[in-house]
Amino acid sequence: MAMNFQHFKGCVRDGLWRHNSGLAQILGLCPILAISTSMVNAVSLGLATVVVMAISNLVISALRRWIAYEIRIPAFILIIAALVTVLDLAFNAYLHSLYLLLGIFIPLITTNCIVLARAEAFAAKNGVFESTLDGIMMGLGLVWVLGLLGALRELISNGTLFSGIDMIVPGLSAIQVFGEDYPGFLLASLPPGAFFTLALLVAGFNAINTHRAAKKAAPAATPPTTPTAPAPAAD
Amino acid sequence: MKLLDALPPAWRKAVSCACGLVAFTLVFTALMAFTYEMTRERIDAAKDEQQMRLIDEVLPRERYDNTLLADAVSAPGNTANVGRIWRARRGADAVALVFEAFADDGYGGRIELIVGIGDDGRVTGVRVGAHHETPGLGDYIEPAKDRRHQNKPWIAQFEGVDANLPKARWTVKKDGGDFDYRAGATVSPRAVTVAVGRGVLWVNKHRAALFEAPTDAKLNDEARTE
Repeated sequence: MAMNFQHFKGCVRDGLWRHNSGLAQILGLCPILAISTSMVNAVSLGLATVVVMAISNLVISALRRWIAYEIRIPAFILIIAALVTVLDLAFNAYLHSLYLLLGIFIPLITTNCIVLARAEAFAAKNGVFESTLDGIMMGLGLVWVLGLLGALRELISNGTLFSGIDMIVPGLSAIQVFGEDYPGFLLASLPPGAFFTLALLVAGFNAINTHRAAKKAAPAATPPTTPTAPAPAAD
Repeated sequence: MKLLDALPPAWRKAVSCACGLVAFTLVFTALMAFTYEMTRERIDAAKDEQQMRLIDEVLPRERYDNTLLADAVSAPGNTANVGRIWRARRGADAVALVFEAFADDGYGGRIELIVGIGDDGRVTGVRVGAHHETPGLGDYIEPAKDRRHQNKPWIAQFEGVDANLPKARWTVKKDGGDFDYRAGATVSPRAVTVAVGRGVLWVNKHRAALFEAPTDAKLNDEARTE
């Protein structure tokens, strides 16, 4: 049951980079495209997803011995939907203005396929600790991609960053990056802008990975100065 | 158990799986019901607070001393597309009527509006609630989105307008009305202006009846209890 450090590192790396849900698995695109019009929206929904994924992976891995294989999918959906309902009510009660903004996208976390994908592919087969960690890391992987996407779209469409931050921390306000006179670029905040920006991020992600692989393949040209850690077991 | 053993294997499996699912459903439904009960009061309070935030921009709280949200009437199916109407009073005096108006012909569908009419027969203010107008084009009807005119947002022009203005003048200047619009997006301001005018004329006409109606009364299109 004990989790060694290599395994831990593998979990973190898979979630944040190697199997990133937004850039590599391309799962859970519904919120990515819909809510990433501003950085605050994107990160808020991303963090809500982290909470759901962490708890759903925890609960599912803890209960996995009692969930018959034949009914695991309805059971997973039930667990995820219940957790999302609880989160939805909590948002409504304690962060009401943010709730109005994220609106329908909180209940839609239920059908975000990355949540069910991790329940099925990871939490149903692994221990409580690993599963919770996997949920958090997969969720955080989504958060940084969503946050970057939201920041880019907001910057291009409005010339601001952090608009709407006052809904979370009253008193703070948006930063005008390009000054008051920035004419704005509407396309970036419309749905096509989400596709274009995500495409750029995926291209960048692939370019970095290709570059790294090429470096690794030609060790004679650039010998590594420190011995690299062995790769974690393939999954 | 004897009953189960008598069943064919497939049925036995089905029954045990179903029992498992029922158990899960019970536990997680209980969790949801419990959370619902725990958050219900907070959610109602948050909704009222949100409603009051817009109303405060239309009518300052210092001007009345009753619990505005509790002092409401409505006129279901009225021809002016007006929702709830709240009566602001100070002691026994009528101060203002604040009401919801809806514009169903916005560029992105329905636009929700909050409008106030003071006892001097003038509009105290208009604010936009929920709407789906195009960001960066039609959404300047919402003062926070009217970035270039933070000092005098578009919607501020309704303040102080005579509530008896003839119906034909309650539209944008392009259509021969009294109200400005910004080049590039006329649909949203037209929808808002027409809906505000329609609501203001109806509410102002039935002003006395609306103030006298008992709380939570359902009125007809002539503002009388049926």
